[in-house]
Amino acid sequence: MFGKLSLSAIPFHEPIIMGTLLMVCLGGAAVLGWITLQRKWGYLWSEWFTTVDHKRIGIMYIILALVMLLRGFADAIMMRAQQALASADAAGYLPPHHYDQIFTAHGVIMIFFVAMPFVVGLMNLVVPLQIGARDVAYPFLNSLSYWLTASGVVLVMLSMFVGDFAATGWLAYPPLSELKFSPTVGVDYYIWALQLSGLGTTLSGINFIVTILRMRTPGMQLMQMPVFTWTALVTNILIVAAFPVLTVALALLAADRYLDMHFFTNELGGNAMLYINLIWIWGHPEVYILVLPCFGVFSEVVATFSGKPLFGYKSMVYATAGIGVLSFLVWLHHFFTMGSGADVNAFFGITTMIISIPTGVKLFNWLFTMYRGRIRFTLPMMWTVAFMITFTIGGMTGVLMAVPGADFVLHNSLFLIAHFHNVIIGGVLFGCFAAINYWFPKAFGFKLEERWGKASFWCWVVGFYMAFMPLYVLGLMGMTRRMNHYANPAWQPYLIVAAVGAGVIALGIGFMLLQFVVSIRNRAENRDLTGDPWGARTLEWATSSPAPFYNFAVLPKVEELDQFWADKEHKRAYPQHEHYADIHMPRNTGVGLIMAAFGTVLGFAMVWHIWWLAIVGLAGMIGSFISRAYDTDVDYYVPGAEVEKIERARLVPLHKLIENVGPASAGEKVA
Amino acid sequence: MNKRSLVSALRWPCAGLAVFLSGCNLEVLSPKGDVGMQEKSLILIATGLMLLVVIPVIAMILAFAWSYRASNTKATYAPKWSHSTAIEVVVWTVPCIIIAILATITWRSTHALDPYKPLASDVKPITIQAVSMDWKWVFIYPDYGVASVNELAFPTNVPVNFEITSDSVMNAFFIPQLGSQIYAMAGMETKLHLIANEPGSYAGLSSNYSGAGFSDMHFTAVATSQQGFQDWLNKAKASQLNLDDTTYHALTQPSEKMPVTYYANVKPGLFNSIIAQYMGDMKMDKIGSEPAQASAIPSHNDHAKAAE
Repeated sequence: MFGKLSLSAIPFHEPIIMGTLLMVCLGGAAVLGWITLQRKWGYLWSEWFTTVDHKRIGIMYIILALVMLLRGFADAIMMRAQQALASADAAGYLPPHHYDQIFTAHGVIMIFFVAMPFVVGLMNLVVPLQIGARDVAYPFLNSLSYWLTASGVVLVMLSMFVGDFAATGWLAYPPLSELKFSPTVGVDYYIWALQLSGLGTTLSGINFIVTILRMRTPGMQLMQMPVFTWTALVTNILIVAAFPVLTVALALLAADRYLDMHFFTNELGGNAMLYINLIWIWGHPEVYILVLPCFGVFSEVVATFSGKPLFGYKSMVYATAGIGVLSFLVWLHHFFTMGSGADVNAFFGITTMIISIPTGVKLFNWLFTMYRGRIRFTLPMMWTVAFMITFTIGGMTGVLMAVPGADFVLHNSLFLIAHFHNVIIGGVLFGCFAAINYWFPKAFGFKLEERWGKASFWCWVVGFYMAFMPLYVLGLMGMTRRMNHYANPAWQPYLIVAAVGAGVIALGIGFMLLQFVVSIRNRAENRDLTGDPWGARTLEWATSSPAPFYNFAVLPKVEELDQFWADKEHKRAYPQHEHYADIHMPRNTGVGLIMAAFGTVLGFAMVWHIWWLAIVGLAGMIGSFISRAYDTDVDYYVPGAEVEKIERARLVPLHKLIENVGPASAGEKVA
Repeated sequence: MNKRSLVSALRWPCAGLAVFLSGCNLEVLSPKGDVGMQEKSLILIATGLMLLVVIPVIAMILAFAWSYRASNTKATYAPKWSHSTAIEVVVWTVPCIIIAILATITWRSTHALDPYKPLASDVKPITIQAVSMDWKWVFIYPDYGVASVNELAFPTNVPVNFEITSDSVMNAFFIPQLGSQIYAMAGMETKLHLIANEPGSYAGLSSNYSGAGFSDMHFTAVATSQQGFQDWLNKAKASQLNLDDTTYHALTQPSEKMPVTYYANVKPGLFNSIIAQYMGDMKMDKIGSEPAQASAIPSHNDHAKAAE
């Protein structure tokens, strides 16, 4: 009846897990109870869970990412503590079975359920606003994408308490991930969590390509799009090209585990090298999927706060596209040590280095945007400068490891771990933090306060260098990754410094949460009345903060890059219209959530071999999709009179303000 | 604030560098064999080349951030300036030149350091077969008919030809102070050529995670004089144990922290049969034509049982 599932699947004997379960239950009960007491369920359901508004979906993605950042970071600090303790073959406090799951979960969560939702959330929040669209091309699909990502999260979180998670490393290399060596449900949780969220990501990629190509406001040429939108376009093309490869690789692994096939087994002609190639053909573009939008963020931030247009816009666009193409030609550098011939290794080493050319050009472009600017060191700009320095160092160690001869001694060492945290934290996370501080007022109508934000910034930056510079040294000392304990006591001091660094990062996370709380409490002081709190250049700042649900009452006309800046200069920003037309908008729907809920059921049932339940889940997904297909009541018109009311309420006081202080600086002065 | 941001941003890399420089046992940067030496100098040359760009870039970031801070109203402000062909040419050309040089170095060094390439030497090389298992290393000396677990020895200044495979999941064979590593994979043989130019006991390990006992999967590589090597062989020859089918099968059972063990005799052709067992009855030219035969292989049935 319940397949492999029984009460013994719950790890009652693990005090750490049971403690966590207790905390999650108490915390969850507190949140649910609070929502019930506040009678907010109806509001949450009708305004958030069923929303198809790209801004709200974006916000939900980012909240999901922040919550999972806490989980992924908890894993990180447990690993750092274990390695700081387990010197001279001491056992530490985590047995290998638990520790191995933690490093696997840390990688999976940080990439798939922190970095990805951050980046997809930012694209959701910003791209339609930047191109003057009212929503994405397929609003329902967008909601479905989000909830599929959330269902992947549910499965990963569930694996901690019911059964176990993969103990294979974050890419689940076979043959270790095959049934013979990983007989528990851990790898199955991994497969189904990633299949569900991966499907969501692929759909999201299609959605954004169509949105950017087809829904730009009248007049906006491709070469007039803001750079963030450009990076989003390239990223989504990469998603659509790369994620199906992940889906196939995981499906073949699932076929091995469920159907007794032998794609990647040791026996019967299976070959793990096939999986390793496939997973990196997805995996390398994936890192550019994460970092390119963040490059876009830095481009917007640097131009805004330097008070200048971005230097070398065309270079930036071509560099972005170039990186996109090249990212598919380098995957083999993840396994130079597999025994490919010298020609193959050298080819992939050189293509990898070539990527550093457009990346380097980007860095110079940001530099020359700052050159002869008037740089305001707000939080987004501080994150950007920290990124530029950190990423330069990470880029250098990356190119070093692209030399196969160097990689032969650095591969899989802590040097590698230091390198990719150097670029992913320094590039992706710093970018997301810059973006959160930058676009927060657009999402919520008030700015984040700076004091706790700066405390968080310094803890993150200092903590990062403390936590990861010692890892470079440890790599050169011959320490390899994923060790539960080690014999060499000379490594311990460095690991203690790294653990302290992780503690400093923990402070940074704490201050960031405090920053949110304080900002929400003091929101009246930081209210953004203009819609343009930073004196920015791109279209998303032309509308109010928070942006109205229809984004733009009248679609803006675009004739040049940074149209909004030009409009402000010529005092024609914020036009008041005599007449507002009705606006065509998509209606909210709960089908995305329902489909993803059935998807979660399907995944859970497949993990535990509960076949009848799997059929229920699959039938539920297909059934709800069909019911949606026959639903004709999917849109409505906002009456022009209502639009006019909303717009007048914003524009009349705004114009008074601008008469007083001038258009370009209205935002700044008010703030 | 701005000034602090600059100073502090630099402080930690500098501290890191200081720690790095004073570090005592940078094994990878204190190689004891020719392959490792070449790789060390490759790392240093490549790093030096990149620092030619990296240091000026970081300096420029800090300098621009400082000079063009909003409070410095004396600095030039060019609010419209966003293009300069000259600068564009420079910022594309400089990385291109550096990468062209690095690419040349990469092409040459990758061929010179190809792990599959036998080392040039007047001395006759020694062959050692390495097998990774859950969770230990078995070393077979086909020329001498002895074998060992978790320890290997070879004479200094003699090239060592490693033939490597796995009888379990994927691992990687790595002696950091001697140079390159290479994966160990079941059903396949990978090759690695190393040499030790200084006698010593060097730490060896698996650098590819392979499951619960992975952390203890280390071994000692003893590089010694010809006489020392002969003594080591004699010690192995004096062992009561032989590596035949029975003892080999016992070895394949998962175990952790297995003590160093010697075997006086090894079943001839053992290494090849370890690889061949994963080829089973599947001749490569028959794949797909005889599925019934394929499903009769015992390991396959074990697999199916586990699936239930």
